Amino acid sequence: MNLLPRLAAVLLAFAALWLLPVGQAQNPPELDITGTGAARVIPISLSGFDGEVGQVLRFDLEIAGFKVTGPDEAQFTLAGGSSPVRGQLAPKGGAALFNKEYSGASLRQQAHALADDVVLAVTGRPGIARTRIAFRVDPAPRQSEIYVADFDGGGAVAVTADASTAVAPAWVPGRRMLLYTSYKRGGPDIFSHDLGSGARRAVAEYNGLNASPAVSPDGRRVAMILSKDGNVNLYVANLDGGGVKRLTSHRQDDSSPTWSPDGTQICFSSRAGRSGLYVIPAGGGTPRRLSLDVANATEPDWSPDGRHIVFTTQRGGNLFEICVVKSSGGSVTALVPGEDPSWAPNSRTVIFARRGGGARSLSLLDVPTRRTKDLPRFSGSASQPAWAR
Amino acid sequence: MNRPFFRALTFALIAATAFAAFGCKRKAQRPITPLADNSRGATTAPARPGGPAPLTEGNRVADPFAGGAGVASNADGSTGLPAGRLDRSAFNEDRAALATSTVFFDFDSSVVRSSEQGKVDAVAAFLAGSPGAALEIEGHTDERGTQEYNRALGERRALAVREVLIARGVNADRLFTISFGEDRPAVDGSDESAWSRNRRAEFVVLTPR
Repeated sequence: MNLLPRLAAVLLAFAALWLLPVGQAQNPPELDITGTGAARVIPISLSGFDGEVGQVLRFDLEIAGFKVTGPDEAQFTLAGGSSPVRGQLAPKGGAALFNKEYSGASLRQQAHALADDVVLAVTGRPGIARTRIAFRVDPAPRQSEIYVADFDGGGAVAVTADASTAVAPAWVPGRRMLLYTSYKRGGPDIFSHDLGSGARRAVAEYNGLNASPAVSPDGRRVAMILSKDGNVNLYVANLDGGGVKRLTSHRQDDSSPTWSPDGTQICFSSRAGRSGLYVIPAGGGTPRRLSLDVANATEPDWSPDGRHIVFTTQRGGNLFEICVVKSSGGSVTALVPGEDPSWAPNSRTVIFARRGGGARSLSLLDVPTRRTKDLPRFSGSASQPAWAR
Repeated sequence: MNRPFFRALTFALIAATAFAAFGCKRKAQRPITPLADNSRGATTAPARPGGPAPLTEGNRVADPFAGGAGVASNADGSTGLPAGRLDRSAFNEDRAALATSTVFFDFDSSVVRSSEQGKVDAVAAFLAGSPGAALEIEGHTDERGTQEYNRALGERRALAVREVLIARGVNADRLFTISFGEDRPAVDGSDESAWSRNRRAEFVVLTPR
């Protein structure tokens, strides 16, 4: 989001080189998300890109459903150069779809911009290469901080440096602002954190638990888990914490709320009755159990297009799996081993955490093709990713 | 809410705690009576020995979200936790005093097992003999389960212990809960011997400075 002014400058700078994109997919077909994962990868050949630019382009295109091949197999060719980044995209044997040169920001950002242009031209859908993520890093035992980075882990910076426990970041949609839980004042409190000014303020600091904030799509409400009334239940409040309202009232515990994109419903995990995922009207009402053919579902995340919910299941021991289901419930599709998934703005890519060697690390998943890419390892452990959208 | 407010609240808490504790002193010296069956049911699974057989699903759609505000009552009759975070700088923390009373839990459960009830009795007795002290109950989980699920489960465990203490006559205003989920294991390792030591509630005695 901080890139917007720079991007505007970039666009102006190469306006002279701008050729009208001739995207071939005006009405792209619905993505096959809950199918077999055999979605067709799109073969593309790259020429003229080297070093970091070549690596970034390959990473961005592969996680967007492309396969980098030689020119013979390729359906599209992308030819260009690395400094400054420039690229000409053409279908095999066809006229160029665009020919652009990029300026401003870093070469890495220019490469991301080119990748996004390729994705838009070929699929008709905006790319995600210039989006941002927030996540939890455990630099030392009994200590965790909140970080933000580019979607591929590049340019990671620490948002907190409290040497306390900070967890579960959530973006305020459309703003450079996070909510998260921090134990800085002794217990788990929810804070908002303006990434521009650095200003922090408490959103919920009741006794007991204040955890798992999720901000409504219009950025005005927060759903969260509180225990101030003696049980671990779901509440909503205004973004500043005022006007708090209790949505559930039972003796088991709730966790991990997520909003429907129209802001009318909240999906959450509950141990009430048969534990699983429930959906409740955001203004209050009766929770409805989301019919799933799996047990132990937690950590739901509602896709920005409203069609799917991705979540974590646990099968015995310590085996976690990322699963996806239509937002109306039903047959569940298991995707990959992992936990705590978060949708990208494109409702296609998911970031999630994997366990291994006693630590967690972050990976990306292209749901239709089931391809995964690992983010660079952070010292310590990285988990609880949240995609800005 | 601001820090002066917290401080005022803390002093009020200490005063109320001392008053309530002294007021209850004679009563607290009597042997602690065991929980009645129906109150034990409040902290255990809803088994109903002798009661009507549970209907099978499909006949009756149970509403798991029906009713059930916290059963624990504060001095003022409210059911919630005391308002406002404890100002820790006003207290000395003693983790050793009740270290042997750490309560352990079954996997994915917040039920205080009968084998652990004696430890809670000991905590209640300690508090009866330390009228100025408040108690923080730390809820923890093992690493199995997702992180925020475990944070919620840890708080549920701390609240379950709190409810048993209240049933033993401890004033709810003296009891504070905190969950660390899976973030602070007592023992490292990924086997049952480590997990069983990590599914726990620990006690921190807080005495005014």
